Amino acid sequence: MMNKDYIISLIEQDKRLSNRKLDEYRKVELSYDVSKNADGAARCKIGDTEVIVGVKFNVGEPYPDNPDEGTIIVTAELLPLSSPEFDLGPPGAQATELARVVDRGIRESKALDFKKLCIKKGEKVWMAFIDIYTINDDGNLIDACALAAIAALKNAKLPKYEKERVLHGEYSNKKIELTKLPITCTLGKINSKIIVDPGMQEESVLDSRLTVTTADGNIHAMQKGGEKGLKMEEITQMVDIAIAKEKDLKKLIK
Amino acid sequence: MSYTKRFDGRKFDEMRKTEAKIGVIKRADGSAMFKIGDTIAIAAVYGPRKLHPRFLQNPSKGILRCNYDMASFSVPDRKRPGPSRRSSEISLVTAKSLSPVLDLSKHPNAVIDLFIEITQANAGTRCAGITAASMALAHAGITMKDLVSSISVGKVSDKVVVDLDKEEEDHEEGATDIPIAYSPRTKDFTLLQLDGNVSKKELKEALEMSKKGCEEIYKLQVKTLKDHFKGEGK
Repeated sequence: MMNKDYIISLIEQDKRLSNRKLDEYRKVELSYDVSKNADGAARCKIGDTEVIVGVKFNVGEPYPDNPDEGTIIVTAELLPLSSPEFDLGPPGAQATELARVVDRGIRESKALDFKKLCIKKGEKVWMAFIDIYTINDDGNLIDACALAAIAALKNAKLPKYEKERVLHGEYSNKKIELTKLPITCTLGKINSKIIVDPGMQEESVLDSRLTVTTADGNIHAMQKGGEKGLKMEEITQMVDIAIAKEKDLKKLIK
Repeated sequence: MSYTKRFDGRKFDEMRKTEAKIGVIKRADGSAMFKIGDTIAIAAVYGPRKLHPRFLQNPSKGILRCNYDMASFSVPDRKRPGPSRRSSEISLVTAKSLSPVLDLSKHPNAVIDLFIEITQANAGTRCAGITAASMALAHAGITMKDLVSSISVGKVSDKVVVDLDKEEEDHEEGATDIPIAYSPRTKDFTLLQLDGNVSKKELKEALEMSKKGCEEIYKLQVKTLKDHFKGEGK
């Protein structure tokens, strides 16, 4: 582990470990050849951070309060394969937070028209299982997971559904239409400095963290993390950066 | 009816296309990917590191702890994320297939953690996992007597074949699956499981076939590791 004081002193001079600017992402890459058995899948790399997301559709009963809407279920597995700090066992708080932040970004932006996932009102709707697996944690898993999730969903196909059965592996010509592409940007604060896309070593020195999900400049989800508070002007500055980053990241989704 | 031609046109003793890669997970002490046909396994090694909880520590030797897991979207019908009875058993036999080539007495009180993730499955996942794991252990610099190579053999209808795919495993006239791990230098079989129905003669034939298959995989493992370390030296 690198000296924490060194990381902080660098940032104080507007410098960072990976030789990037305070408001600069590491290299972000999306690819789609993850798993042939998924209905939609994507891999996102941000620097050395790598995650994969697969979407699988199933048919189930709608929630009674939304009888004509399908649903999404997001899960995240922080695989112990991806970091010496992750342990085996049921999802802990970090995995649950990660999954819920991704879920909210998609749900609240209404990226998906949930009504189009209805098969028979009150009885049968499509459920999209969006499953996240971390492969290598080098910091800022949230942004990687959110980007991979929306990219996987954008490329997902609905399986055929005949005689009350889902024919896995056979696809109808119905595509998943996304009305918006929510983009998640995570920022960190150290002393008076704000950085974007904190790397693993930077994460350990952050005073606080703010994750912002936007679509077309509107904010759809936020999540604050870290030990310390944020000032009003810091929050607005962070949101401004997130909105600016949305445009760049959105271009990567095919 | 007998099985005269394989569904995908392979010869009976021909395995699917293989591919291997080292260092696929930066954070790990050692890692590897192994692909055979449409089955993809990645493996990461952490350690040797201190074993927790402490009561499991053994002052005379370290332990190898394996965890095999399949991604929910790796199979046609979504698998519920997390462990299952099947994955616990596979984790156990994987550890047993690899520990014969390790010298764990070198690592008292320690654990070598080995994680295997199947990201895409089309039969033979435990074998692909073991093959990847063996390379990951070597990449992590763990002292090993040899690499372990793994392949499944079996019987589809009436024919002994190597490297069954999913379609063959589900053959309507029945299929016998025999996952094998083999250490070519010591000539030890370190994994042998079977479910189905074969005669003694067929088993012998299958084992011979698996030896040939493992030797082929072994060559790829050695070449991939050598190429990787050559590149690092530059």
